[in-house]
Amino acid sequence: MGDRNKNQDLIRSLYASALRIRMVEDAIAKEYPKGEMKTPIHLYTGEEAIAAGVCAALTKEDVVYAYYRSHGWYLAKGGNLNRMIDELFGKATGCSKGYGGSMHLIDLDVGFQGTTALVAGAMPHAVGAAFTMKYKKQHHVAISAFGDAATEEGLFQESLMFASLRKLPAIFICENNGLATNTLIQYRQPDYPIYKRAAGFGLESVQVDGNDAVAVYEAMNEAVIRAREGGGPTFIECLTYRVLEHCGPNSDVSLGFRTQEEVDAWKKRDPIVRLEQHIDAETKAQLIEQNQREIQVAFEGARRAPFPTSLIPEGYQCL
Amino acid sequence: MPVMKFTEAIRDAYAETMRAYPEVFLVGVGIIDPKAVFGTLDGLHKEFGDERVVEGPLAEQMLTGFTFSAATLGLRPVLIHHRVDFLPLTFDQIANHMGKWSYMFGAQQKVSCVVRGIVGRGWGNGPQHTQSLHGFSASIPGVKVVVPANAEDAKGLMVSAILDDEPVIYIDHRWLHSDAGEVPAGLFQIPIGKAHVMREGKDLTLVAVGPMVQESMVAAEKLAATGKSIEVINLRTVRPIDFDTIIASVEKTGHLVVADSDWPHFGVASAIINQVAQKAFGALKKAPSSVTWPNHPVPASYGIEPSYYPMAKQVIDAVSLVLSGETNGIHHVSKTEKSHSGTHSGPF
Repeated sequence: MGDRNKNQDLIRSLYASALRIRMVEDAIAKEYPKGEMKTPIHLYTGEEAIAAGVCAALTKEDVVYAYYRSHGWYLAKGGNLNRMIDELFGKATGCSKGYGGSMHLIDLDVGFQGTTALVAGAMPHAVGAAFTMKYKKQHHVAISAFGDAATEEGLFQESLMFASLRKLPAIFICENNGLATNTLIQYRQPDYPIYKRAAGFGLESVQVDGNDAVAVYEAMNEAVIRAREGGGPTFIECLTYRVLEHCGPNSDVSLGFRTQEEVDAWKKRDPIVRLEQHIDAETKAQLIEQNQREIQVAFEGARRAPFPTSLIPEGYQCL
Repeated sequence: MPVMKFTEAIRDAYAETMRAYPEVFLVGVGIIDPKAVFGTLDGLHKEFGDERVVEGPLAEQMLTGFTFSAATLGLRPVLIHHRVDFLPLTFDQIANHMGKWSYMFGAQQKVSCVVRGIVGRGWGNGPQHTQSLHGFSASIPGVKVVVPANAEDAKGLMVSAILDDEPVIYIDHRWLHSDAGEVPAGLFQIPIGKAHVMREGKDLTLVAVGPMVQESMVAAEKLAATGKSIEVINLRTVRPIDFDTIIASVEKTGHLVVADSDWPHFGVASAIINQVAQKAFGALKKAPSSVTWPNHPVPASYGIEPSYYPMAKQVIDAVSLVLSGETNGIHHVSKTEKSHSGTHSGPF
């Protein structure tokens, strides 16, 4: 009975987290054509189960380094929604004070350490952060999130090797959506699972259904426990699918590199729908209403907020 | 005041800061090697252990990102490369991350780290082990770059770099490693961003970087014998350049020569002459000049390599050309009259 309640609480919290990301991304996509958000947006639609599942296993003191498909990670880690929308609008009240934009979100209050526009760029940051945790004798963990193409970069091998060598509390989350912008994975990598390549560096490595938030959470929870106990790093490959275009609010089926049938087939595995089966109608309605209200507040606030007034951030020293 | 070699001065900077600040640690490829990075880490691995003298795999780009993120979380790492030529391997993490992080997140985090690279010279090191790259590194906003010219600089700039809250690239020339000088004890700091007037003069401002400082001091001494009063400025920091000190000097002397241990274009000499032309054009009595490396890589053969590097003689020629339109002042500066020892005899 206790387990069932616990499980129900977990599913409810995963659903709330994933739904919030979906609704925010939908709102951004809807508002984007108005041209008020002049920033390259990489929407997380369809991949929400990964950030939701990973961050559900973390505390505020654990740190996350993510990449330009950043909104979902920022929100799942507990980043402030108003500050994020302000940032997309280029406003001084944004989480990066208007100097970063959509690809560079940060909320240090909740351990969201910033996102990079460079593929694989954040992998060594989790290694350095994990080293720092160990150096300070803290039991926190450091997460780096990246896509499948990041595992083609040299930083993949460099980062995994050192994290494994030093048994650092780092967890590497690979969001394998099979795409690098509009190039399919079969043109870029041999037909050999990414998680098996990662395992070659002598660390724990698993593959999960990245559209199943519970599966992601369970793998992550094991990894977090291992890391906190000094057992070293884990690599988690999450199989998922990018529903929208690489950058922007639209479909990219017209480009011809994938078909509508394929997109539709993946939509049947929608992570939100899968969680929703376990959620009662009243809870669902409450969450939707609450998100709608918060999203409306965020967009209204962003429109009213002032632009930055200086080319130099206040306190910036390195001129 | 203790007298120590350039390498001992760097070691002293590491040891003093590591003893005083538990957040300081060293990381790099081959730094626990018994040769201890040309002696600059002598005894430190033994004193501070594997946790604070961190040997890294040959993964320089990762180590740079590692250094950067440890810095944002409150540590003060020093990343050490045996050759500055390894810096280009790491420029994603330097240019795109370390140098951008503070700005692009609205200055919310300090990035308190040092990246040290060593410039090789002599014994046929060849094109890939002899670059200077301080101009190249300094072209990126968001990092500071320092180039020590003597043992005092070596310690004072390293202590300041380690205690700075922004990323600092520290480039030292192995050609200077055996030079000795008086170096203050303790946590001695030299301010980053301030040039040092090494010798006052009234006829010409001679701005010099790294190994060219000592060549310039020899040149100024020789020129004094012919009645020329040369002001020698040791730049010390390449980014941000202390234009105030340089311009104040040019306004006094009316003449400018820049002596840089780097290529002629897109570098320190270009930047200084550009700013002086824009901000103190009226003070200039003649067109400025520069003494730099030739605009091509360094050859390996010792039959020709020595002629690659400008020495005091070339500085004297450049100064004489600016002051009197000819070079027939003093031609005869023997190799032994350069003030630095330059004793590196290989093989590594």
